[in-house]
Amino acid sequence: MSSALDHKNATTPAPDAGARGAVASLLRMRELPVLIALALLVLVTYLINPLFLTAQGVKDLLLNATIIMILAVGQTLLIITRNIDLSVGSMLGLVAFGTGSLFSAMPDVPIIAVFVIGMAFGALLGAVNGALVTLAKVPALVITLGTLYVYRGLNNAWAGGKQYFAGDRPEEFGALSVNTFLGFPVITLLAIVVVIAVAIYMSGTRPGRDLYAIGSDPDAATAFGIKVSKRVFLAFLANGALAGLAGVLYASRFNSVGATTGTGMELTVVAAAVVGGVAIFGGSGSVTGAALGAVLLTTITSSLTALRVDKFWQQAIVGVLILTAIIIDRVASLRTAKKLRISEARNV
Amino acid sequence: MMLNRKNKGRTGRLGSMVAITAVAALALTACNSGSASSTDTSSPSAGGGDQKITFIPKQLNNPYTDVVLGGGKKGATEAGFASSQVVGPLEASASSQVSFINAETQAGTNVIAIAANDPDAVCTALGEARSAGAKIVAFDSDTNPDCRDIFISQVVAKDVALIQTKLISEQIGGSGEIAILSATANATNQNEWIKYMEEELASNPAYKDIKLVAKVYGDDNDTKSFQEAQGLMQAHPNLKGIISPTTVGIAATARYLSTSAYKGKVALTGLGLPNEMRPFVKDGTVKEFALWDPAQLGYVAAFAGKALKDGKITGAEGDTFTAGELGERKVEKGGLVIVGPPTVFNAENIDKYNF
Repeated sequence: MSSALDHKNATTPAPDAGARGAVASLLRMRELPVLIALALLVLVTYLINPLFLTAQGVKDLLLNATIIMILAVGQTLLIITRNIDLSVGSMLGLVAFGTGSLFSAMPDVPIIAVFVIGMAFGALLGAVNGALVTLAKVPALVITLGTLYVYRGLNNAWAGGKQYFAGDRPEEFGALSVNTFLGFPVITLLAIVVVIAVAIYMSGTRPGRDLYAIGSDPDAATAFGIKVSKRVFLAFLANGALAGLAGVLYASRFNSVGATTGTGMELTVVAAAVVGGVAIFGGSGSVTGAALGAVLLTTITSSLTALRVDKFWQQAIVGVLILTAIIIDRVASLRTAKKLRISEARNV
Repeated sequence: MMLNRKNKGRTGRLGSMVAITAVAALALTACNSGSASSTDTSSPSAGGGDQKITFIPKQLNNPYTDVVLGGGKKGATEAGFASSQVVGPLEASASSQVSFINAETQAGTNVIAIAANDPDAVCTALGEARSAGAKIVAFDSDTNPDCRDIFISQVVAKDVALIQTKLISEQIGGSGEIAILSATANATNQNEWIKYMEEELASNPAYKDIKLVAKVYGDDNDTKSFQEAQGLMQAHPNLKGIISPTTVGIAATARYLSTSAYKGKVALTGLGLPNEMRPFVKDGTVKEFALWDPAQLGYVAAFAGKALKDGKITGAEGDTFTAGELGERKVEKGGLVIVGPPTVFNAENIDKYNF
């Protein structure tokens, strides 16, 4: 069991730790290529257009990444267990519109209550996904493709032509995505807290490790006594709650929420996770990587615009990145598998 | 619902059918009462006898259409119709309006004002209405010209473009770099307007110091337009103003500017909805923007219907009629009447509009 984890999860330090081991394990970090790419991207863009890193520019970069970052963290929980949730864009849309409706019905509702209600609403939607996947034993890809349309349909029926605008919401709520603390926008700090909390949960707790085990080998996980259905259900629920959080933040940051809010977001989110080194076959990757992937993807868009590159190239570049990430992932896992074979042969 | 049904078996199924029928019946009643309450029979005073006008929009419950129809009712009352009503489908499909037209023909309605979902699908039904003596006014979206007497159109494309170049020029003091943030790269309306804007900027000597440095596309998507606005600021540090000829784009850009360091430094104008733009006009991000007033469209349509029915005009080129407080309107080639010009919204007048 634990060896299965080790060879899939390359972030685990090598047993012969030392200065060289530390460097080697740093080099084997899945997050490293993303980090390097991000640093290069920002540096090159800055050298060509210094305006890219003005106070306002940095703030924009962080804000752009915030919502996708939170969604990518939720998505990672699922991809690690060999599941996926394609309905995140629709869930975000429903919660964002719900937030608009809530403020319109009760203008004096405390902001903290809006966050709680939004996340609970998201968790409910996520729980529906989780229940369908675990009870019906149908691949999550199919189930959540269905709920993508169901939730979007509900949003259409509920919202109709109605839209709520930033002016309908209290100023303090909108200010969350304007005000900064130590140079960081408030909602970005919130997203960073989410990333750190989930990262600790995933690497340091039993249920977190269980998710990796389920993704590595579901049958083995069951045999080992892990409650697979319960863990997967809770992962869907957590992803829903995070999508709910993202929906509330969307309503805080952007001007209008309506029937089409969040359409098409699911693909960006899955792309962010994959670029961040989360293996699409499950069992490996980290939420930190996925969050970095989200920052990388949103930064590419901003920097290509700042460099006045034709925006029609942007999608192609994102595609190349995804392919690169997958190839790096494949090469890395082949090499680890080879090494393990050699070392295990010696041990025998 | 599904689970309930499974548990309760047959009675459950029956129960849910009853429930569905009840809901449908309620919905129908609601529709009926809606149409009934929209009939206005209280003003025979204007001396129009017992003439009736009926508006058939593309679909009911559309916020934009509601404003058009509000203007239509006001116009109908002022023009002297004995009653005006609104009927129409809930979905904007090609043939959905036909049954409503037939019903109006049977009811002997004198003027039918219609925004066609399909220029040809409504033709036969409108033909029957005309042979029964009704006058047909198309508004907003034209039918085939053979099937109606007159078409009331919003604005001239060129006017829409020129008002925007005029506003941006005023706001940036007649010189500096500007950019356009449009909808999709292949949007017909927007591209036509942009073409006129470029021609005007190039040919009008008053704009010789204004330089159009970029055209970007936000795809009428809030998020994308937002990022495009950011990109414009970084790519063009000397940018003085942005024109966004799309309601989504101007609102997203306004939201970005109002929450950034560029607020008040970069001018923004274009086409926007007053309800969406109100906070940004109030907080000083946007000084003035434009859009046609949808209410005027319905208003002029009602007066055109009245003039047709009274035989004052036939819909031929050169005919003129008076459209209440909006003054005289002239019928142009092809039975076309232009409502225009676009309305300019600013801090003083924006509270008068609700759409």
